[in-house]
Amino acid sequence: MLKLKQKSLETNVILLLIAILVTVAIGGLVEIVPLYTIQSTIEKVQGMRPYSPLELAGRDIYVREGCYLCHSQQIRPFRDEVERYGHYSLAAESMYDHPFQWGSERTGPDLARVGGKYSNAWQVAHLVDPRSVVPESVMPTYAFLRRPLHYEDIADHLRTNRIVGVPYTDEMIADAKADLEAQATPGADTAALLKRYPKAKTGDFDGDPNTITEMDALVAYLQMLGTLVDFTSYNPDYAAK
Amino acid sequence: MNAATNPGAAATATGYDDDAIRWFMIVAVFWGVVGFLVGVYIALELTYPALNLGLQWINFGRLRPVHTSAVIFAFGGNVLIGTSFYVVQRTCRASLWGGPRLAWFVFWGYQIFIVLAATGYMMGITEGREYAEPEWYTDIWLTIVWVVYLAIFLGTIARRKEPHIYVANWFYLAFIVTIAMLHVGNNLSVPVSIFGTKSYSLFAGVRDAMTQWWYGHNAVGFFLTAGFLGLMYYFVPKRAERPIYSYRLSVIHFWALIFLYIWAGPHHLHYTALPEWTQTLGMTFSIMLWMPSWGGMINGIMTLSGAWDKLRTDPILRFMVVAVAFYGMSTFEGPLMSIRSVNALSHYTNWTIGHVHSGALGWVAFVSFGAIYFLLPRLWGRKEVYSLRLVSYHFWIATIGIVLYITAMWVAGIMQGLMWRSYDSLGFLEYSFAESVAAMHPFYLIRALGGILFLAGSFIMVYNLWRTARGDVEAPVAMPAPAAAAGG
Repeated sequence: MLKLKQKSLETNVILLLIAILVTVAIGGLVEIVPLYTIQSTIEKVQGMRPYSPLELAGRDIYVREGCYLCHSQQIRPFRDEVERYGHYSLAAESMYDHPFQWGSERTGPDLARVGGKYSNAWQVAHLVDPRSVVPESVMPTYAFLRRPLHYEDIADHLRTNRIVGVPYTDEMIADAKADLEAQATPGADTAALLKRYPKAKTGDFDGDPNTITEMDALVAYLQMLGTLVDFTSYNPDYAAK
Repeated sequence: MNAATNPGAAATATGYDDDAIRWFMIVAVFWGVVGFLVGVYIALELTYPALNLGLQWINFGRLRPVHTSAVIFAFGGNVLIGTSFYVVQRTCRASLWGGPRLAWFVFWGYQIFIVLAATGYMMGITEGREYAEPEWYTDIWLTIVWVVYLAIFLGTIARRKEPHIYVANWFYLAFIVTIAMLHVGNNLSVPVSIFGTKSYSLFAGVRDAMTQWWYGHNAVGFFLTAGFLGLMYYFVPKRAERPIYSYRLSVIHFWALIFLYIWAGPHHLHYTALPEWTQTLGMTFSIMLWMPSWGGMINGIMTLSGAWDKLRTDPILRFMVVAVAFYGMSTFEGPLMSIRSVNALSHYTNWTIGHVHSGALGWVAFVSFGAIYFLLPRLWGRKEVYSLRLVSYHFWIATIGIVLYITAMWVAGIMQGLMWRSYDSLGFLEYSFAESVAAMHPFYLIRALGGILFLAGSFIMVYNLWRTARGDVEAPVAMPAPAAAAGG
């Protein structure tokens, strides 16, 4: 039986190194590994799908601008939060989020279910000049988002997401650019898009129908947040069974 | 700068590799001031949003990671690497393994990492997870630098002339090794293109959240705690000229601290979609963590046994000891906030911001200031800092700044939490969210004021250190002689 004494640890740097590594590895292993093996970690729900190309581009802008530093996307199961923001957040709702954007601070309100709560026009007005619609707001202005969206490589983004586990099909990747354009162009044929990405909001988002802008993408993302899961078929006791 | 880099003769005669360490101290102070300045600016942006100026590069969302990375990794990191190189040589009686060349590689490599990260944030290049924002190529670069750092540290210990490895080095080693593990584990991601900056994290959703806070909380636990405890274990006994209070306590609290800390991450995810068993583990270990944390505090403070009088006359020691007291306070507050029902109120509010800053300003920055004031004259071959009177001014101005900061954020945070859950007599939510935002304004202003005082203190330090490096000594009339003070 190996008897590890402090004296041998503090006189042999390799032993000390190994002992430290083992000591600090345990906690993480116990807490992280079972999240992949216990099936109830992510509940089974109806309606979750990968982000449409335009929504994904919008989400990338959300990440780029550091929105998560002031807005959470995680509603806790409290009476006031459910009343204020909607049904508490489910693990399934962020299952395609690379990275997760739950946030840790509510300098501004939670956005987990902001989709559909305000009109596109309100969202754009708020992003361009937050205090024009919410006088108390301390949010920066995002007028600069009314510039063309760069989406030439959108298929590469979908492909990369597939590598890390998002179930994008070959078809979704091949048509990514066309889907993005169809979603943001008023009057476009969106049948194929909506088949691939049910419930996607389509049309012009930012009041400028001639150009697909970063604003279009960000608003498209905001308008779908928290709208996918079909709560009529959701059984909260799933984990217990 | 020439004068500042031209140390007195005594400094070069030690036989240790100190050239890079001098520069680590210079850049630590520089990045510290930058980090405090950006912190003050973003605090004012929240108070007066017009200060965002409509410029995307300085919007709050892009500057906030600049602030956190500047103070944690640039200021804290340079203090840690610089002091660890100093301490490991003295306590092992050996010069740095790999010689000056490798030490300089770590120095420049680390500064490149900082500049890549910070400029990236301002251009919108980020992985979007708190304190792990640098993109994939910056992460890979840091990994290379960090491995070299570990090699230097291990190699120096391996060729020590002392039979035992001193306690400060256990903590520094745990810091270096664990940060390597966390950094690599949490930053696994796939770039969209080898020529592009954007990547997507390997993990998603709830698993990504757990991995991120396993990293995030232990950036606190190992970067801002274990590393700085290493610093404390060398500089407090040195400055107080007393031995460590208890060797046995240091052994117990070292192993307990590094074992327990790793488990604490899930307390950042209470009541979220993270499974409850994981939350409960995180809470339980966070509460247990109180004990080894206070073990370190007791060991640090009680090292002054028989030398308490020095607190009256030595503002440098006062910086260190008050730092340890702040450490004790915030490691009591932390376990309290990790209790689920307390966290239900405190989470998402400014209470968290206040808690972090009592640790970051009170503990990390103060113990760093103490070490820098102690180390700088020695590195430049001077007897003592230019002016102890100015150190004392710095101490009091910064302390008042911290008190304003943390009390404002406590009140603001608890008020926010209560307003959000408040119901009127008819059963309706009493306040809109916007009303809770408006209520924050005076506290944001007080917080910014506290930050300005803290920043002002650091300017006094810069002046004092610059005069010290030049070899100036203030006329001794300004401070009562130690003997007189002790007699009174």
